[in-house]
Amino acid sequence: MVGHARKSELLFSGSDWDFAKLSRAYEEIEAIGTEELRLDIYPVQMEVISSEQMLDAYSSVGMPLMYRHWSFGKRFLYDELLYRKGARGLAYELVINSTPCIVYLMEENTMALQALVTAHAALGHNHFFKNNHLFRQWTDAGGILSYLDFAKSYVARCEERHGLAAVEAILDSAHALMEQGVFRYRRPPKLSSEQQREGLRERLEYEERSFNDLWRTLPPSPGKNKPEAGHEILAERKRSLNLPEENLLYFLEKNSLVLEPWQREIVRIVRVIAQYFYPQRQTQVMNEGCATFVHYTIMNTLFDRGRISEGAMLEILRNHSNVVFQPGFDDPRFSGINPYALGLDMMQDIQRISTEPTAEDRDWFPDIAGRGDWRDTLLDAWANHRDESFIRQYLSPALIRKWRLFVLADGADEPHFEVASIHNERGYGKIRSALAQRYDVGASRPDIQVVDVDLLGDRQLRLRHNVKDGILLEDQSRDATLRHIRSLWGYDVSLAAMDAETGAMLSERSTKEL
Amino acid sequence: MPIFIDRRLNPKDKSLGNRQRFLRRAREELKQSIRDHVRTGRIAELDKELAVPMPRKGTSEPAFNDAKDSGRRQHILPGNKTFSPGDLIPKPGGGGAGSSSPGTTESEDDFRFVLSREEVLDLFFEDLELPDLVKLNLKQILSFKPRRAGFRASGSPTNINVGRTMRNSHGRRIALRRPKQAEVNAIASQIAELTSKPASPAVRARLAALREQLDRLERRRKRIAYVDPVDIRFNRFDPQPVPNASAVMFCLMDVSGSMGEREKDLAKRFFVLLHLFLTRRYERIDVVFIRHTHEAKEVDEHTFFYHTQSGGTVVSTALEEMHRIIEQRYPVSEWNIYAAQASDGDNFATDSERCIELLDRKLMRLCQYFAYVEIIDERESHIFGSTENGTSLWRAYNAVDGKWPNFQMRRIAAPADIYPVFRELFARQPALRKSA
Repeated sequence: MVGHARKSELLFSGSDWDFAKLSRAYEEIEAIGTEELRLDIYPVQMEVISSEQMLDAYSSVGMPLMYRHWSFGKRFLYDELLYRKGARGLAYELVINSTPCIVYLMEENTMALQALVTAHAALGHNHFFKNNHLFRQWTDAGGILSYLDFAKSYVARCEERHGLAAVEAILDSAHALMEQGVFRYRRPPKLSSEQQREGLRERLEYEERSFNDLWRTLPPSPGKNKPEAGHEILAERKRSLNLPEENLLYFLEKNSLVLEPWQREIVRIVRVIAQYFYPQRQTQVMNEGCATFVHYTIMNTLFDRGRISEGAMLEILRNHSNVVFQPGFDDPRFSGINPYALGLDMMQDIQRISTEPTAEDRDWFPDIAGRGDWRDTLLDAWANHRDESFIRQYLSPALIRKWRLFVLADGADEPHFEVASIHNERGYGKIRSALAQRYDVGASRPDIQVVDVDLLGDRQLRLRHNVKDGILLEDQSRDATLRHIRSLWGYDVSLAAMDAETGAMLSERSTKEL
Repeated sequence: MPIFIDRRLNPKDKSLGNRQRFLRRAREELKQSIRDHVRTGRIAELDKELAVPMPRKGTSEPAFNDAKDSGRRQHILPGNKTFSPGDLIPKPGGGGAGSSSPGTTESEDDFRFVLSREEVLDLFFEDLELPDLVKLNLKQILSFKPRRAGFRASGSPTNINVGRTMRNSHGRRIALRRPKQAEVNAIASQIAELTSKPASPAVRARLAALREQLDRLERRRKRIAYVDPVDIRFNRFDPQPVPNASAVMFCLMDVSGSMGEREKDLAKRFFVLLHLFLTRRYERIDVVFIRHTHEAKEVDEHTFFYHTQSGGTVVSTALEEMHRIIEQRYPVSEWNIYAAQASDGDNFATDSERCIELLDRKLMRLCQYFAYVEIIDERESHIFGSTENGTSLWRAYNAVDGKWPNFQMRRIAAPADIYPVFRELFARQPALRKSA
């Protein structure tokens, strides 16, 4: 190795970067990534931006294009303030799940940081986006940019045509339901191509133009609405509307009686964007862990080969350790579990189990312990898991001990927290499943579904909240959100809280009471 | 090989539209902030950026959220040191937002963000019902006048400097040896001469040589343009700020007991507006505050607006004080003098005569402009309307109003009434600008 190091030369020296250096570093990093780690990536497009532009990108949820809405302006003010006060640094990089994969580099970064960021985002995140099954199934990396472009101009056109206030009202309401605007279990239809969408819009416009009120005056055909057994009507009704439906935005978009075509389209835009981000929320630990593991491995390889200087490596390590810093629960800096730290530790743990397992590891992970092929194991994990299943599968007792994890049971009506499990033989399994549960996005968000609506009667939209572990909704925001649903639905909306286990009705709230 | 794109020069204000939407949404609350600022701040301070607290009403983004105080949860935390299963830990008091419960949110109260000068002025102008032209005038930072300043290589076609362009073109033609028309003509005439002669081999060879030479010259002329884009020069204009002189603004106010919070607030807006106007016109502005009861005194801004003083009301004392200060510190040859007086109109009946005399004989000759506002109760505003009757001071000033065009007086009951006082002042401005 030493001889090798002497032969090859440094990729860069000094802290200033230029495009030639960036390009050289990228080629080297890509070579290591694809050969040593067997990563498989989308083509990369690197964009150098200033800190102001990074703040801009922050406020539009990290996307290069976004429609306009006041809430993004509000977020921008918060981000800007935190940044100006020095309370928060900006991310060194931002990466977008698209083909080509767009990586934003900050111009303020030193060359060493740019190299780190390249390995982290252009290789790590990029590989994860391209290979993880959630992203493959649920997002369309090729279509997202053109879709956002369409969304932006469509919203702008609507603002011109229908006024800012009207568009803002619809967006406000749709944003309130973003959490409930995703399909959690059903695979969403692919984003149709631009032409298809154009066709759809033309059809809607044609229907608007050719609407003829005369049809409404035709007498109803006799015997259509014969009173039948209530149960059957209810079942039929639910079947025809595909109820129960967990995706409230989808339901409202398809069935609302008051929305105009353009309003439906806007609701759809919000829904599509919410769906696009859904995989990211489910794979925070894995995505960041994968990127961190990749940059750590690649940077060390580069250093071992003598391609980066000790000074640069020290700078890289300092930044790396800042990123994966995990204070204990009693530390004033503690703010939850750091996904970078957890992800990296788990992946390095897999490497360890694979190459030098203990007896305990052989016990817990018979299929990977001691096999030595940690690359395959990791590639497989990156491709096929999300946070919840990854933790459930791979969190090892050794890591639980290292982190000294413990579970605190918190009943709202009790004056004490109770320590439920700690890092001992009896606790490992419990801690593992509790942590996995924490990362199950589907389970940790309130489960709210459309259960019934009588379109021929009072048209009241009935929602059900399946209450798990007695966790209710916060009153004020619930009422405000119900008002938003009412404005999208046009008629009264009621929300019943039912205990998920016993089925008992806990409370009911209707917009009539508001 | 990755694609590199340098986006640093792209426009930075990508989220400006979002900001405007946000400000519009929070308009009422922001206006309240500005109002508070006008009430508590200094007159000259309105004309800059302002940090305001984050508006909260109307800018919440509701969603279905779990109630923190219900149900059973499990927290998974790192860094256990001493706990064993079954240990009970008392919850930290006050809603359980202690260090150990995750998801502690930062309080939003101490968030303040900065409104730009334009945004502050927009919000300030909103109840004043200023005409757009006036708003535009006030928001403009300085007036500039374009002045010729050399040449530049780019510009609009109307600004092409022909002389300079042709000089460049001439130099380039000489340097690149562009064949002159005369040379071409000479060769062409030679050819014409030779073709008319009988064709001997010598003549033919000479002709061929000449034709070739002509051809070369023609080609060279085509390649080296007569006027090339690199020759073109445009006149360059530099925006020069129009020189401004100094002005002094006298704020006179009655501070006897009858002037309450509302009256002072209105008076303050009146002064702020005049100050804003003056900052547009003059580079340097002094503000002099004179308050009076039965005696007048020059005070600082804080005392002027916030300290009350008991006593009767003798307006002429303030005018005398003003005159004294002008004589002492502000020679008319160097200063433009503006005065704004706010009062509720009470005065000793005999003193009003003295006021007329002071204004008529002395002050109006010195002042560029004297604006008087009488702050009246909103309920009274429709009774008084525009009648000539009124308080003793009003009647007295009426006489002055007729005589001096640079005197303005108005009763105001609401912020929207303030602008008409200045209408004259603003109306005169474009004319002044043209003559400047």
